[in-house]
Amino acid sequence: MDPKPRLLVILDVITIIFLLVATYMVFFYAPMEAVMGHVQRIFYFHVAAGWVGMLSFLAAAIGGIAYLRTGNLKWDQVIVASVEIGIAFIFINIITGAIWARPIWNTWWTWDPRLTTATIMELIYLAYLMLRSGIEDPERRARFGAVYAIIGFLSVPLTFYSARLFRSIHPVVIGSNQPGAEGSFDMTSKMLQTFLFSLFTFTLIYFDLLWHRLRLGALENKVEQLKLKTMR
Amino acid sequence: MLFQEAPAETTAYMIAGFSVIFGVMLVYLTSLLVRRRNLLSDLETLQEIEKESI
Repeated sequence: MDPKPRLLVILDVITIIFLLVATYMVFFYAPMEAVMGHVQRIFYFHVAAGWVGMLSFLAAAIGGIAYLRTGNLKWDQVIVASVEIGIAFIFINIITGAIWARPIWNTWWTWDPRLTTATIMELIYLAYLMLRSGIEDPERRARFGAVYAIIGFLSVPLTFYSARLFRSIHPVVIGSNQPGAEGSFDMTSKMLQTFLFSLFTFTLIYFDLLWHRLRLGALENKVEQLKLKTMR
Repeated sequence: MLFQEAPAETTAYMIAGFSVIFGVMLVYLTSLLVRRRNLLSDLETLQEIEKESI
């Protein structure tokens, strides 16, 4: 196993510092929302987690296109790493949304377009991991994964625009003045700063985790190749 | 909540939310570490087998 690159160590440290600062801003810098109370503080990391999930699935789709064009198995590693991270963060996004909804909407769950499309998106990518594990041949597995990541990505814009296209009670943060947006969301400047800082911090977390997951993928490949060699 | 004077008391939900956020991130990080440790152990074993067979 190659030693951890210096740049990755630096990225680890920067990411931890940014996460600590973002957490401080969420709890102590951003003011308490006048109606919802403290539960609104979930919003900063809830949206940031949703952003990381969608960014991961975009990276997986780009990896899919790159694999189909080049046939390089490294892109398959990018797809599986991104999908794995995306699933974890969309899971955070869905569960924290349900926790926020309980005191605000008076229900843990409702089949609102945004909640429904986000759940479908999560299930699509969970199915990717399950189906992928059933294919032995690495080339076939990578080809299948690439096509799946590209087609599966259709669920991402559908989820993003669902609160704007359909009648939804889910708040719209970006473009909340659009006529289709039912639940608008106004932020003070401190809230906006905390929100943007959280988005940036979670983007750093994504790249840090992706790098670690890619290193793990490289180790998996090494072990798989050595296994095949010793079996001969 | 329409005619309330003070913000709603929702601290318990906030704590639950942040527990999920940090909990899931911690579980994912732990899974990366455990998988890495297991793979390194497999690699060591396979390298020993390879040496013995030469």
